[in-house]
Amino acid sequence: MAEVVLQNLNKNFDDVYAVKDVNLSIRDKEFMVLVGPSGCGKTTTLRMVAGLESISSGRILIDTKVINDLSPMDRDIAMVFQNYALYPHMSVYDNMAFGLKMRKLARTEIGRRVQEAAEILGIETLLGRKPRQLSGGQRQRVALGRAIVRHPQVFLFDEPLSNLDAKLRVQMRVELKKLHDRLGTTAIYVTHDQVEAMTLGDRVVVMKDGLVQQVGEPLELYNEPANRFVAGFLGSPAMNFATVAVRDNAGALWAEDDGIRIRVPGQIAGRLGRYCDQQVTMGIRPEDLHVAGADDPAGLTFDAAVEVVEKLGSEILLDVAVGNHTMVASVEPDVRINVRDRLRLALNPERLHFFDAASEAVI
Amino acid sequence: MIEGATWRRWVFFYVPLTSFVVLLLFPFYWMVITTLRPDRELYRPWNSVNYNPFWTWHPTLSHIRDLLTQTLFTTWLMNTMIIALSATAISLFCGLLGGYALSRLQFRFAGLLGTAIFITYLVPQTLLFIPLADIIRNFHLGDSRWALILTYPTFLIPFCTWLMMGYFKSIPKELEECARIDGAARWKAMVYIIFPIAIPGILSAGIFAFTLSWNEFLYALVFLSSPGEKTVPVGVTSELIRGDVFYWGELMAGALLGSIPVAFVYSFFVEHYVASVTGSVKG
Repeated sequence: MAEVVLQNLNKNFDDVYAVKDVNLSIRDKEFMVLVGPSGCGKTTTLRMVAGLESISSGRILIDTKVINDLSPMDRDIAMVFQNYALYPHMSVYDNMAFGLKMRKLARTEIGRRVQEAAEILGIETLLGRKPRQLSGGQRQRVALGRAIVRHPQVFLFDEPLSNLDAKLRVQMRVELKKLHDRLGTTAIYVTHDQVEAMTLGDRVVVMKDGLVQQVGEPLELYNEPANRFVAGFLGSPAMNFATVAVRDNAGALWAEDDGIRIRVPGQIAGRLGRYCDQQVTMGIRPEDLHVAGADDPAGLTFDAAVEVVEKLGSEILLDVAVGNHTMVASVEPDVRINVRDRLRLALNPERLHFFDAASEAVI
Repeated sequence: MIEGATWRRWVFFYVPLTSFVVLLLFPFYWMVITTLRPDRELYRPWNSVNYNPFWTWHPTLSHIRDLLTQTLFTTWLMNTMIIALSATAISLFCGLLGGYALSRLQFRFAGLLGTAIFITYLVPQTLLFIPLADIIRNFHLGDSRWALILTYPTFLIPFCTWLMMGYFKSIPKELEECARIDGAARWKAMVYIIFPIAIPGILSAGIFAFTLSWNEFLYALVFLSSPGEKTVPVGVTSELIRGDVFYWGELMAGALLGSIPVAFVYSFFVEHYVASVTGSVKG
């Protein structure tokens, strides 16, 4: 049972408080993704699990055993680095066999494991080559192979796809997912790319400035973000935000600002009640905006002036000006629209989010 | 007629390049010519008949023969080789370990120590030989090759350490981290991973250290006195200039034969230089 538990984990570099009181529980066989912007502490957390950084305070447990004081090689983990870190003077076979040689495994066993991993990754024909003779994708596969042959309890991935070109990244993402399904090893994956987080993770941890913002399944984070940061981080194009004032008008709550006058739907109105006459942040995702039709209630629509039209083929992104706000709307690809057109946009009331203006927590 | 590009190429490129190359290679040419020139041509005044400084029609190997048979040149060659190889080995060993420690290990005085080592390199040999002479005398190492094998590292080790430090810094630390996770203790990671990758750097440091030791003159002059212990630079200049008589032929032969090992080392190792370490990491 290779579950990883982080208890009150803290890391202080000389003047930087990089990881602040992280508590995390990763289940056996789970693929956990740590995602966040640069400097949020995700890589530092991963390196503490690996043993490459000392722990300032807190505990890390793998399989109920505290591993704080174990050296990296005794933790039964394998790591895949962002820049592959292949040993340039060794062949692919020797690169994959190195860890096993260090642990004094029998030559036949080493050969068997390397062959097995090479077959899984499709690199059997490359075993005799040196790293400089491989393409980026092939090198990344070798780095994966090197981790697989160790049969570790936990895989650690440090942004392994960042250095690949866009097309290869998509391909490797799918392969990684298939690999995880096949091997079933617990994995901790660090990335700054929210697409990788959404597609690869069984659960996702969003981090910012050393703090865990939210933990949950990808769709849970997408549909029910706990705060404004998580809401704005996941999803592309990002969620639209507007600072609005909550006003009580004839018994109903309205969110108002320059160019926007939205009737707050019933289920949220209850929670928004105490923010009457205060400023809150309203959030709506681009795909939850559509061109207003005859049966869209007036309280859920607003005027917009089109500034930029981006036709992607599968959708059209409209950069619109709404009063003094700018928003992005994602509409059907068959909508006929031009720059400087004025149109009326409607929003899906069930997909409206409100965040406290001060704490940024969801209301 | 000025034709634009062509004359520019000549004036700004071919002419300066040719004169530069001629200037650099002329001493070697002169060395070879003088070695092969018979004595009667060497000691001829400039205004005599058939005076030709740049060529000889009667080349001879007598100077080389005299050098090898009538002087202790072969002994000097062996001395210099032993001293240079030993000093290089000691300095490389210390430079490797020191460079690794200073570039990789985080300990409190790492920066200060690195600077201190570099500063000792800046103290000129022309000053340092005075206290060193006293030390050599106290330890009774005078007039033996140990005097040089133990004093050459004073300027070789800082140089090697500094070179290796710079080289190790260019090796990404992810390689060692990966090795540590793979199961290699730090010293194993150093020996199996870092040193093989650093071979170009080790070769460079080794070649420079060897050359510096081979050509070193001052310490060899001060610390060695008996003819049988001398190195090539000191032996050639002290034994082949008797009073005000310069045995030019043998002198040049000594200079020529003395430069061959270094030229050999350079060409051999440069040919076997390990290819660049591309392919280990991205970018």
